[in-house]
Amino acid sequence: MNSREKVLDKYSSKIYKNRKEHVIEIENGEPNIIAADTRAIPGILTNRGCCYAGCKGVVLGPLKDVVQIVHGPIGCSYYTWGTRRHKSKHDETTKNFSEYCFSTDMQETDIVFGGEKKLKKAIKEAVEIFNPACIMIASTCPVGLIGDDIHAVAAEAEELYGIKVVAFSCEGYKGVSQSGGHHIANNGLMKNIIGTGDADHVKYSINLLGEYNIGGDGWEIGRVLKRIGYNIVSVMTGDGSYAEMKNAHIADLNLVQCHRSINYIAEMLKTKYGTEWLKVNFIGLEGIKQSLRDVAAFFNDPDLTAKTEAVIADEEDEIKVTMSEFKTKLEGKTAAVYVGGSRTHHYINLLKSLGVEVVLGGYEFAHRDDYEGRQILPLKMDADSKNIESITVEKDPAKFRTFHTPERIQELKDAGLPIESYEGLWADISPDAMITDDFNHFETEEFIKLLKPDIFFSGIKDKYVVQRSGIPSRQLHSYDYSGPYAGFKGAVNFARDVTLAVNTPAWELVQAPWKTEPTLEGSIGGME
Amino acid sequence: MRQIAIYGKGGIGKSTTTQNLTAGLGNMGKKIMVVGCDPKADSTRLLLGGLAQKTVLDTLREEGEEIELDAILKPGFRDIMCVESGGPEPGVGCAGRGIITSIGMLEQLGAYTDDLDYVFYDVLGDVVCGGFAMPMREGKAQEIYIVASGEMMALYAANNIAKGVQKYATTGGIRLGGIICNSRNVDGEKELVEAFAKELGSQMIYFVPRDNMVQRAEINKKTVLEFDDTADQAQEYRNLAEAIDSNTMFVVPKPMKQDRLEEILMEHGLMDI
Repeated sequence: MNSREKVLDKYSSKIYKNRKEHVIEIENGEPNIIAADTRAIPGILTNRGCCYAGCKGVVLGPLKDVVQIVHGPIGCSYYTWGTRRHKSKHDETTKNFSEYCFSTDMQETDIVFGGEKKLKKAIKEAVEIFNPACIMIASTCPVGLIGDDIHAVAAEAEELYGIKVVAFSCEGYKGVSQSGGHHIANNGLMKNIIGTGDADHVKYSINLLGEYNIGGDGWEIGRVLKRIGYNIVSVMTGDGSYAEMKNAHIADLNLVQCHRSINYIAEMLKTKYGTEWLKVNFIGLEGIKQSLRDVAAFFNDPDLTAKTEAVIADEEDEIKVTMSEFKTKLEGKTAAVYVGGSRTHHYINLLKSLGVEVVLGGYEFAHRDDYEGRQILPLKMDADSKNIESITVEKDPAKFRTFHTPERIQELKDAGLPIESYEGLWADISPDAMITDDFNHFETEEFIKLLKPDIFFSGIKDKYVVQRSGIPSRQLHSYDYSGPYAGFKGAVNFARDVTLAVNTPAWELVQAPWKTEPTLEGSIGGME
Repeated sequence: MRQIAIYGKGGIGKSTTTQNLTAGLGNMGKKIMVVGCDPKADSTRLLLGGLAQKTVLDTLREEGEEIELDAILKPGFRDIMCVESGGPEPGVGCAGRGIITSIGMLEQLGAYTDDLDYVFYDVLGDVVCGGFAMPMREGKAQEIYIVASGEMMALYAANNIAKGVQKYATTGGIRLGGIICNSRNVDGEKELVEAFAKELGSQMIYFVPRDNMVQRAEINKKTVLEFDDTADQAQEYRNLAEAIDSNTMFVVPKPMKQDRLEEILMEHGLMDI
């Protein structure tokens, strides 16, 4: 019995039937089809979050100049407050409300009599105290049940205060995971914000999509891009702002980092404004270099290309010695990576460059295209995916602008540039790696016992269980208060943190006293 | 203390029947509390002589959790204690949650005193969500009576309510006490409702004939017993009270499939009308 069968064997036949489609061992030359984006099984201890977490927590959360009012009981707001390390800074023209937590704090009487009045009052207070240019409202489960019309409240407030007010019906129970929330956030931003600005086009302009500035990742990526000479119009949404995002339509090119959470906006920007998008990966040296070269190839400007190579050489030179030192300490190690809907893929290359092989991995909320690549699109819709609104946009004749002719785009695609394409996790996963979709605690613990990785990368929910079993663990959601991990300098931070962790398996070095000697003494009664 | 919930299709006369019935029980010297569970808060106006009762939820909203029982519990005809749960205006909030909240509040405030012989819950129309089933749940009402007439939609609704009773009977121990026929003067009404009740495994506990006296009393904001206790209709309500008070038939109903329900309606010629 191989390890996959050993783990799945513990399930009842009904659960086995479901999970066997989500747990696969990668086979070379096989199509490697995986089931994904389906309902979690009750009782299975899934690591997933909810729709609200995906919308408010992930996509909207980092927008720093937006007052984000959570309409609901206080807990939903509290637990998305400062928990995701999306760093942000204010500047002379941009306010930063990131450290605040806004909630309507619904009580029982608000549920019974409706919460719209309280929401209106909250908006009024927010306007009076903070005077923001934009307010966003995120609704939580009970709001969906009692039917408060948050969109009508938003429209009324927009009129009343002359600012942008956008409501998001991202009740936690929608869809099967946080993924539905990403989609809802994408729709709302596209419908209400992007394209409403009137900034002028600048040369070599790009948007960075699906980069959330965890631990300062976006800043490190931005530093390199600016060094080469790109103008970043907006970042969606790490250290991002309403002020920038409304002009996102003027950029020449969109770079997509996290495919799962933002591909909807990338596609809609292409349809509505003609902007092409490129899948990039700024995590890991090979990824960064390839991404920077791809962007340069898109612009096809000799100066930019030369500058790209110069910056790559310089940045790489600076970290080369340190990286190879860390590599000597990590070479031959194995890792398990369970994170998000795109991140597992991003980290595979970085680990590979340090000599670490990923033997176990997976996603919480990815869809099949994030594993298998976009060539399998469109996916068959099921009842759950149909529940999440999918909007279509039309060409905006006044603002539509293409950087290249369609013929030229085809040439670039033929030359291998990942325009509108993503090969998915399979492109870089090692054969024989064990992949589990919608991973859960039982499978994680069992696979770790069987596959014995040297380090485990996941989040706060499963970090400590694994760490205490003696296997070092690093969080790839929060970077354990370290970072950045992206870009050239980030790679060094990552290599250092991983080297420290792998070489200091503290929990393996201590032995609980009850493992070696009894802590209670007694005799069995009733024998005489 | 017998706790009784009255259900039935909207507009069938639940509130009128409940108030006249409780007035009858009051006449017998019983100590009663009536809990109105309709957001419109009109379940106790006949007992209170038209007095617009301040509801539990309004009080809760305006005065916070520090509520005095006297503010929401008012004695009416024959010292029947009257309370209205209240609820949001139509189209907003959650009326079902409101009922749960207000019944919880009544319990906390000690409205359920040991000297009560009866607590009646007068519940809005259909059991549209969990909140409206509250009086059936968690050991509140033990007896359910459904007000119906010989009209098709009233019987459809009654059958649906029986489904709710059946569901909670297995978990909460509630039982159906019978169908109260509030006559609409439909042909063969008594036989039809009797047959329907029998099919449910229950009984038609009383047939209340139609009489304009009820409307006359209502216009005067009174129950029939208070308005004119010599009237024939007053005797009907006294009989109903007597039937409920001496009722011993409590069953877990067997709700009908759609086909069977329509068959019964056919048998009694309703479909020919």
